[in-house]
Parts: sequence; structure tokens; C-alpha cells
Amino acid sequence: MSKRIVHYINQFFGGIGGEEKADVRPEMREGVVGPGASLAQALGEDYEIVATIICGDNYFGENIDEAVAEIMEMVKKYEPDVFVAGPAFNAGRYGVACGTIAKAVAEQLEIPVLTGMYEENPGADMFRKDMLVVATPNSAAGMRKVVPVFTTLIKKLANGEEILGPAEEGYLERGIRVNYFAEERASTRAIEQLLRKVKGEEYHTDYPMPVFDRVDPCGAVTDVSKIKIAIVTSGGIVPQGNPDHIESSSATRYGIYDITGMDTMSPEDFMTVHGGYDRQFVLQDPNLVIPLDVLREMEKEGRIGELANYFVTTTGTGTSTGNAKAFGEEFSKKLLADGVDAVILTST
Amino acid sequence: MKLELGKIFIKDLQFGGETRVDGSTLIVCKEDVEKLVMEDERFLKVSVEIAKPGESTRITPVKDVIEPRVKVSGNGGIFPGVISKVDEVGQGRTHALVGANVVTVGRIVGFQEGVIDMSGPAAAYCPFSKTFNLCVVVEPREGLETHAYEEAARLAGLKVATYLGKAGREVEPDEVAVYETKPLLEQVALYPELPRIGYVHMLQSQGLLHDTYYYGVDAKKFIPTFMYPQEIMDGAIVSGNCVAPCDKVTTFHHLNNPVIEDLFKRHGKDLNFIGVILTNENVFLADKERCSDMTAKLAEFMGLDGVIITEEGYGNPDTDLMMNCRKITRHGVKVALITDEFPGKDGKSQSLADSVPEADLLLSCGQGNAMLHFPAMDRVIGMLDYIESQIGGSAGCIAEDGSFDAELQIIIASTIANGYNHLAAKGY
Amino acid sequence: MVKEIERVGIPVVHMCTVVPISLTIGANRIIPAVGIPYPLGDPTLGEVESKKIRRNLVERALKALETPVSGQTVFED
Repeated sequence: MSKRIVHYINQFFGGIGGEEKADVRPEMREGVVGPGASLAQALGEDYEIVATIICGDNYFGENIDEAVAEIMEMVKKYEPDVFVAGPAFNAGRYGVACGTIAKAVAEQLEIPVLTGMYEENPGADMFRKDMLVVATPNSAAGMRKVVPVFTTLIKKLANGEEILGPAEEGYLERGIRVNYFAEERASTRAIEQLLRKVKGEEYHTDYPMPVFDRVDPCGAVTDVSKIKIAIVTSGGIVPQGNPDHIESSSATRYGIYDITGMDTMSPEDFMTVHGGYDRQFVLQDPNLVIPLDVLREMEKEGRIGELANYFVTTTGTGTSTGNAKAFGEEFSKKLLADGVDAVILTST
Repeated sequence: MKLELGKIFIKDLQFGGETRVDGSTLIVCKEDVEKLVMEDERFLKVSVEIAKPGESTRITPVKDVIEPRVKVSGNGGIFPGVISKVDEVGQGRTHALVGANVVTVGRIVGFQEGVIDMSGPAAAYCPFSKTFNLCVVVEPREGLETHAYEEAARLAGLKVATYLGKAGREVEPDEVAVYETKPLLEQVALYPELPRIGYVHMLQSQGLLHDTYYYGVDAKKFIPTFMYPQEIMDGAIVSGNCVAPCDKVTTFHHLNNPVIEDLFKRHGKDLNFIGVILTNENVFLADKERCSDMTAKLAEFMGLDGVIITEEGYGNPDTDLMMNCRKITRHGVKVALITDEFPGKDGKSQSLADSVPEADLLLSCGQGNAMLHFPAMDRVIGMLDYIESQIGGSAGCIAEDGSFDAELQIIIASTIANGYNHLAAKGY
Repeated sequence: MVKEIERVGIPVVHMCTVVPISLTIGANRIIPAVGIPYPLGDPTLGEVESKKIRRNLVERALKALETPVSGQTVFED
């Protein structure tokens, strides 16, 4: 049986019309339409583009939830092995639509997806981390050039074969760090590159420094004596015995633990599993990381309004920013729901 | 300072009546080793076992790995300030039993001890899967305080390595390498046309149980200083810290520092290797600032054109790495960093805890969060009791047959951030 | 984690030793703590003194929460 592909394109490539038709709703046609023809031909008879979904870029952009839901229903019906969107070249709205729908298909239907964009397409930066985005020229004139790139990747995805690096396969780097065995060890490579740098020649880094995103600061609290405060920590404080098995490094778990009725963090009740520092002091006095003793005093004195009856905790060392972000997203909802007005976050 | 390093290549390890080198075989008197270890009353018992490359053998929890060396001529003795008395080393002649190692093993003191597999998929990631290992498995007396236990285990390893090293004293080495570094002004004058390169060597000193020792001094207690590379080859630095296993610069790796080795390969050809700036990684911000100020000052003072900086550990030491990089760069010296990466199991997060724009040249030693399957082995030296809590392991990761899934960082020195291995990471 | 809390609109003060990391990851209100093995207090000075230091640091954290900031701010004292 041949492998089944569903292809997503916009109104322009679907032959419906240009800008004036950008608000058409999704429609589905059996078989290939537009650019799908060249893909189908190159893929050969073991692969079939079973359906093509066409949607106006403006309709998609202005009605994302509905558009995604409608298209998802269409895709589901065909049970494809691979979902292909675009390529969008340098069309911004089309690129964002391709990325959005492909991401939804990948996440909800767990089907491998593929799209293609010009590197400067705004959709490229939005979605390159989430999927394979074939690097394309900036206009449809380059379609011929990218057909072989698409077909190779479609075949590999359909058959679950190994996808090599961005340079070998022709997709935009996703920012995924993958191990390999280099010909020369790092010390040898470092000397080679350092000498180039010293001589003012071009040199190559293995890891361009990341750019961390920023969040605007929240407004100030007007009066701490009227608010509820919660404590969050990356210092690895857990109840004795570590009931949730939080790792001592590179955590994949976090915990929320009750402190109702406690005036201090007793070493009999709590310990730290943090693997990145000398634990002896904190094992004797966990208040060094979770300042429960002074916060309780302040609560009694009326210096602060109320202390939340739990703390949130994980291990900071080696914990990926991805995991930390996911923890934060999850427990912040709880903090909001519990009426927490401000957070003291402690790190070791 | 001039050191002749005689390398005796060891290709087999056996127990026998008398400890000696026979051709390329190291024969070890087991009873002597046991007796030596048991001199320390802090131990209840010890067992000594041999692990060879290719065997279905797993060694864990591993504390340190040490190459046996002996001082044949010149000042001082191996591991000055720890085993031998404090005296400057690095001159004269030293013999090394290359290919044989002492591996100290015992129940864990923290979470930080690692795994060595002598075959299977994990062997590709560990330099000690390819060497002949004399494993010293220690058991402390009940109630022995963890710091005392760690110290006892560390000294046991160093003592055994020193004992084995002596077997190489009278042996004609297979190869002799000569390493020479002159005092600063002479060294600069020797190759005036070549770029002057230094090495900034960051030692773990965060009090992870214990620290790294420099002539017996705890590394957090010194301020950055100049060092001849030859001193390191005679054991002036020994490891005593419990950092994540993948990152541990074992005592073996101090003796065999890859940056020093590779700089000497090109010394006098296309660079002039001036020397080593030794620094540390501290737990107080003021210390981090002070020590990085001083490394930068030393780099400038030595007239360096470029430096290579290596790190031990990850997390907050990334800040020391970045501070050193930024400040040295601002003193007009070009910088290359060597470190490993921790971008999460999926590899999608940032690889380092800190970054500065000056860090525009970084060489990767691989990403330590990648998952690996460790198949069951026929023989376990040590114990599997702690796999779940060792760094890289997780609750429920081990199966009844002893196989487990864990991150690469559970393997000793798998992503060691001094560039010893060929493992690297790239963007996909 | 700091950013995700702030993203949902809850002001957060980050008490930490390694201020550069906090600045790199993007915390907005930062209180430098004592040290990595004992961020809030100093057990080497005894329990009473250690707690005093902790109280003082938490006071500063509360003040930071009450202080409007326009970008990343380290509250040195």
C-alpha cells in the first residue's frame, strides 16, 4: 500500500485567487492541486497525495481556532502518514498558517509534519523549533529546487527513518542539541579555532550564545501587609524521603508541599536533594532556603497579609529552561487560582 | 621547567604474587593492595577487582580514577601535599603506567558518583571503558561521617595508585615525551613571532562534599595563580570533589590534561604555550568576581594573545566561565571556551545557565541530558543500589535485571568539560 | 520559572546568590543572597545572627515587591 499524504496550501497556490480571495474558508479536494503535482511526481508511485486542503490566509489568520478545528477534521478523515504544509516561501501570513496547522496536526494527531519557508519568513522563527521547516528560496520560482528536499524528507518521515542534520537535509536548524562524535576532541578543536581568532581569521563556534526572552516586570505591590505571598524555590527542598522523587540535578519534576500550621522549616520534616551545592547547612536548617520562620513571624506581626499554605519546589541545577518554563506555567495557574498576590522565589 | 614523561603502555592486568610490570602486563599483588587500604581504620573492609575492556562488567558508584605514576628523578614525589610531602614537582623524570588505572568504588556519599561500563553502548562515552582498571571497592565503618568517608576513599585511591606506580620506576618506557616551559620572559623570547597562548584552568571548589586540591590546598582557599603545566603532570592537582559524574575531572584527567597535551603538540610550531592560570569556582558572588578579575589581570600581565578556558561542572560555574571570558576579553586577550551542554532530554533548551556576548567561540563536549539504555551486565563491581538517585538516573529507571535508562551524565567523565573526549553536540 | 510567574501577572522577587544568572534568565526584581550553600542566612555566625540576616533579606524582598521597576533591577541594599 502506498503512503498517504495530505497537503495544505493557501488560496493563491490553490488557484482560487490572490489577495482578494484571502478570506476563503478551508475546503478540501481529492488528490493533488497546484504545487502538489510536482511533489507527487517526484515522490513516485509508492506515495500518494490523497487530498489537498486549501484555505485563505486571512481567513486562517483571523479565525485561527475555527480554521484549525475545521482543517483538523478534514485531515483526520484521510488518516495520512505525513502532513505537508506549503512551502510558503516568503509569504508571511501563509508561513504562519502553515506552521500553526502543522503544529496542531503534529500535536493532536501525532502525525509527522513538514513545511517549508524562506528563512526570513516570520513563520520560520515561530515554528522552526517545533517541526522540520525546509529552507526555501524567497519565491515560488524556487519550487523546483526544493522538491527533492521535500521528497527526501517526506519519505524519511513516512518510514520513520533517521533525519540527519540541517546541513545534510536542507531544513532550518531547530535549535535541538544533538550529540555526535567529532573527528578531533574539543581541546584540539579549541586550539585550532583560537589560533584563527587570534590571527583575525574566521572561526567557528559550536554553540552560538542563546538569546533569553524577557518579560516586562509586573507593577509593584502597594502594601505587602494586605497580600498573600507564596514561596517558590529551586533549592531542592523536599519532605524527608523525597516522596515525589525530584531529581538531584536536571529535574523533570517539581513538588508542592504543605506548610499549614508550621512555624519553621524543621530538619526533621524537610531535606534538600539538590546535587549542586554542599548540603550540610541546609540539611540542618532548611529555613536557609525557605524562610518560613521569618515569614510566619511577619504574618503574625501583620507585616505581610498571609502566607500561602504550601511551597513550590524543584532542583535548579542543570534543569533545562524548557522544564523550568513548563513547571512555571503549570504551578502559576494554581498560584493565580489560590489568590496569591506575590511570590518570593529563592535559589541557591 | 622540564619534565620527561616516560610512558609504559599497559595492555593487560593480572593478579600475582608480587606487584610488577612484566612486558606490557601489570601484575598486582592483591593482598598488598588490600593491606595498604586497610591501614586506614575508617574502613570496615575492602575488595580489589580487575575490570578489562570488552567485559560484560559495570562499575558503580565510581568516585575517582587515577593513573599510576612514579617520580624517577627530580624534585618531590607524586601527589605532593597529599601523598608525598609538599615540595615543588614538575622537574626531572616521571614514569606513567598508561592504560592502567585505579578506580575507587563504594556506596555513595552524595548523588554524584558515576558509572563505568566495560562494554556495550555506554562504553563509547567513557574513557575508562578502554583501560585496565584495578577497582578498589571500599566499605566504611558504620556511622562514619560522609566527609571523613569521602576523604578516606580519596586517599585510598591515591595510595594504591602511588603503590602501583612504583612498579614502573625501573622499567624502560615505550615512549618518552619531553615537556619544557621556561620562565615567562625567556619563554616569550624563545618564539617571539608565535602567538602567546595560555590556559585558564577552572577547578571545581564549591564544597561538593570536598574540593579539588592543589599541592594539598583546598582550591577554594587559593586565589588564582600561575602554574607550570609540568607540575600538573606530577599530580600537583588531585580531585576530591563530588560534581556530576559526567563532568568530574578525575585525577587521571588532571595528570592527562588534554588542553595541556594538545598545546604542547603545537608548541614552538604555530603557538607559544606560556603556561597555566589556575583558578576556581566559588559559591559566593564576591569570590566569583574577585577570582575572575584576577585571572583577567594575570592573562594581561603574562602578555597572552589568547587563552583557552575549561570548566568543571555546570549550573552556577557557568557564571564563573562567563565572567572569566568577559573580563579576559576586555583585557584584550582572545578567548576560546570549552564546556559541555545541558539543554534537557529533548535538547531544545538553552545549553548553559549563563551567557555573555563575548562568548563567541565555544567548543562543545556534548550534551549530558541525552538518554541512553544501559543493558544488564554479567558482573557488577560495586553495587546498583543507588542508580535511581545518582545524577542522571531517576526514580523507577532501573529494571530487575539491572538494566536501566539514564542520562549520559551518569557516566564518569562522559561530557568532561576539558575537551578530553570526542563527543560534541551540534544544532539540529 | 520566574518569568512564567510574572507572565501570569504575579509580581515575583528572586532571591539568589548568582545574580548574573538571574539577570541572564530575565528576573526583574533581584535580591542578592548570601551564598550558594546558605542563601538566606549565615549559619557560621550562629542561629540567632543567621535568622537576623534572613529577616533582613526578606524585608528587602518585600520592599522590592513594593517598588515599581521598569526593567531588571538588582536591589543591592
